[in-house]
Amino acid sequence: MSKPTVAVKSVIIRFAGDSGDGMQLTGDRFTMDTASLGNDISTLPNFPAEIRAPQGTLPGVSSFQLHFADHHVRTAGDAPDVLVAMNPAALKANIKDIPRGATIIVDKDEFTTRNLTKVGYLTNPLEDGTLSSYKIHPVALTSMTVSALSELPLSRKEAERAKNMFALGLLSWMYHRPTDATEAFLKAKFAKKSDILEANLIAYRTGWNYGETSEDFATSYEVAPAHMPPGIYRNIGGNIALAYGLIAASQQSGLKLFLGSYPITPASDILHELSKHKKFGVITFQAEDEIAAVGSALGASYGGALGVTTTSGPGIALKSEMIGLAVMLELPLIIIDVQRGGPSTGLPTKTEQADLLQVMFGRNGESPAAVIAASTPSDCFTMAMEAVRIATTYRTPVFLLSDGYIANGSEPWKIPDVATLPKFDIGFAKSQENFLPYERNPETLARPWAIPGTAGIEHRIGGIEKQDKTGEINYEPANHDFMVRTRQAKIDGIEVPDIEVDDPSGDAKVLFLGWGSTFGPIASAVEELRNNGEKIAQAHLKYINPFPKNLGAVLAKYETVITPEMNLGQLAMLLRSKYLKDIVGYNMVRGLPFTTAELVEAAMGVLHND
Amino acid sequence: MTDVALTKKDFTSDQEVRWCPGCGDYSVLSTMQAFLPELGIPRENIVFISGIGCSSRFPYYLNTFGMHSIHGRAPAIASGLAISRPDLTVFVITGDGDALSIGGNHLIHALRRNVELKILLFNNRIYGLTKGQYSPASEQGKITKSTPYGSLDTPFNPVSLAIGAEATFVARTIDSDRKHLTETLRQAAAHKGSALIEIYQNCPIFNDGAFDQVKDNETKEGSLLQMVHGQPIKSSTFGVIRDGASFKLVELNAVDEPQLVIHDAHDPDPSYAFALSRLSGSDLEHTPIGTFRDVIRPGYSSMVNDQLASVIAAQGAGDLEKLLHSGDTWVVD
Repeated sequence: MSKPTVAVKSVIIRFAGDSGDGMQLTGDRFTMDTASLGNDISTLPNFPAEIRAPQGTLPGVSSFQLHFADHHVRTAGDAPDVLVAMNPAALKANIKDIPRGATIIVDKDEFTTRNLTKVGYLTNPLEDGTLSSYKIHPVALTSMTVSALSELPLSRKEAERAKNMFALGLLSWMYHRPTDATEAFLKAKFAKKSDILEANLIAYRTGWNYGETSEDFATSYEVAPAHMPPGIYRNIGGNIALAYGLIAASQQSGLKLFLGSYPITPASDILHELSKHKKFGVITFQAEDEIAAVGSALGASYGGALGVTTTSGPGIALKSEMIGLAVMLELPLIIIDVQRGGPSTGLPTKTEQADLLQVMFGRNGESPAAVIAASTPSDCFTMAMEAVRIATTYRTPVFLLSDGYIANGSEPWKIPDVATLPKFDIGFAKSQENFLPYERNPETLARPWAIPGTAGIEHRIGGIEKQDKTGEINYEPANHDFMVRTRQAKIDGIEVPDIEVDDPSGDAKVLFLGWGSTFGPIASAVEELRNNGEKIAQAHLKYINPFPKNLGAVLAKYETVITPEMNLGQLAMLLRSKYLKDIVGYNMVRGLPFTTAELVEAAMGVLHND
Repeated sequence: MTDVALTKKDFTSDQEVRWCPGCGDYSVLSTMQAFLPELGIPRENIVFISGIGCSSRFPYYLNTFGMHSIHGRAPAIASGLAISRPDLTVFVITGDGDALSIGGNHLIHALRRNVELKILLFNNRIYGLTKGQYSPASEQGKITKSTPYGSLDTPFNPVSLAIGAEATFVARTIDSDRKHLTETLRQAAAHKGSALIEIYQNCPIFNDGAFDQVKDNETKEGSLLQMVHGQPIKSSTFGVIRDGASFKLVELNAVDEPQLVIHDAHDPDPSYAFALSRLSGSDLEHTPIGTFRDVIRPGYSSMVNDQLASVIAAQGAGDLEKLLHSGDTWVVD
């Protein structure tokens, strides 16, 4: 007897549990199974900095939110339709985000007096009526999992650990997700642990069957595939996309990829990913500190490799002097800053955009470097290649900004055709007489990339001011002034694409201008505003130093420019100082991405002078 | 390889040398310029990387590739270069402030990894370029501009530090002893992994005479404990004998020659070389000189590149198309 199926256009699910409950894995698997159905999707993991905070406490709650739809989605969504809470802590930590009427599935076995007391519930919310405005499903997740596995030679603790697969199975039934990919995934993951594999498969199927048979779940839901351009797709997160972009750039340039890195949240996954790909000739060097990480990358660049370092804000602070040397040496260097909440240690696992001024100006002297920013997880691939184009063409350090949101979030990515990827022509300096290491290309102002091993061009460079052309030590006032201006002119002259403005009516008076990971929330808000009949334009900055050449004209065209930033107005400061145009900031530093609703509200305030 | 043998002149750059008159750096530079042709390595395949300090101007005066980098970081930069370019011969030029103070971390890590770097640590026991503050190698109680009542810090013994980091080659030599310096450079160049050479170097401006005990004709023979592999360790007046797990000094006329320790630079146990390094104090009255330790351990860049080669041999070279399509994919028609 089959249950009724209801078609819905989009769903937002949040899986929440203890750090040890496997919520990230559960979310990842649901994401993969959803992506393969052709829904558009966006994800937002949210986890504590502590590896294992005490079990069952509020600081230990980890969650994974995903938004999937039969249409294009830009964010992981503001308000979940479904909350899966594996214990009272997960319920308590998340309930404020859950709109009334939403579905809440809890593991009722975990709602013991002890666990309730631990998080400050005086009465059991499953019984005291406080959840009466939600569709609440108390499910005996733990005990049903354990009893389904009673035949296996597992301890109770081991059996309990499979309960996340029960939850995944149940949700997969509710939303008609295919099961074969997750089963294949489990078989590969636990290939050498047959009991654990069996336990996970049984729990997964039991969860599915529970949905099918339990009277508690009367309805299942279907979300039709989204209309997406034809092609081959995969799901991709920002850090993996950065790693792939760097490998692609290495292949397209013929340069050996050298990553010097020191582990730091939320950038470490780039190091992990690149360390797997030795067959591409990728060298990953886990250095003794952030300074050695960038130093080794600069040394590799000096030798003709593609030198890259990956870090977050605190790491940039440590690397600054070495980046100044790279500015002086005029060598290609890629510095990836996956921003997190600051200052100091700040919020290591949360997102923020407050390193912009640090990467622009955080060095001694006049020390210009290129700065670009990725806007979505998959855009990280494109921008990694752009960083390499700029660094190698102009022989300069390039900062590529990402952040915790797009690093850990994911979205479907139409895999590009390798044949269409740009190729980079490097052109190392050749053997010659009377070689001048600081003689510049008249168009790009780049100096030669003159690598050791090339006879006849032996030369000495360093951090002391250099004489124009010869590169010899020079302290003369006029030469210093000239070199400072020349280094600045080189960065100012970097060719970057014009900023594109999306203004369908052509007569909007207000422009939403963002940068970095705010793209999704802004685009989502703009869509909603237009659906409500508002006229609003959107543009997104991916090139910050230098700005696109048309930016001044774009800003001048609009009466009001609103710039949402997860900082206190850093891009706004740059825009005001360069273009003398006032900017209306919308600034929040909560460690979380903007919601669509708050940006809509902010825009409505400007549009209607509230 | 170049066909015509190179000479000292080939390794001398056109830059005017700007150290103070009488600086010990001159003799080290001249010895290096004279030694390099012996290596038979083309100039373009030799790189000198330095940090900050008087000695760190060294690369400017050699007609090879060179980088005068930032304070303390030369081993880090040189590591990236050596790992990605195993075809090059990379020297690091540093001083006691540069290597032991601001750059201490990079020094010990380069040594423990055994990156193929030849590190020349010019030890003048003072900060010269910043005009005369005490350094981490200065003797305790030293009166300097920043310690008018005497320094309180216990100094580093650079050789002990390097051996503690399990460096595979550690030696000590003296700026003015061209013959000994050349021989030490020769041994370091022949060594496959990291080599650290501490060079006692006189600063005539801020710490003149710091090493007179081991340089003056009257005292040097009696102070320098000569370490030559396979030979007894002794000065003209003292010898080294075993004392449990350690060593002690005895007057030569109070001991039979066969009791003296025969130097074994190849002893794999670093505690042997470490114990030797502890024989000297800040007063330099008994100073071991020569190669403390010269043992074989795989070099870091050769291991890195062997690992790359073995992965490629096992899996084939990477295919970008396959990488981008790895994992779960789906088709939208």
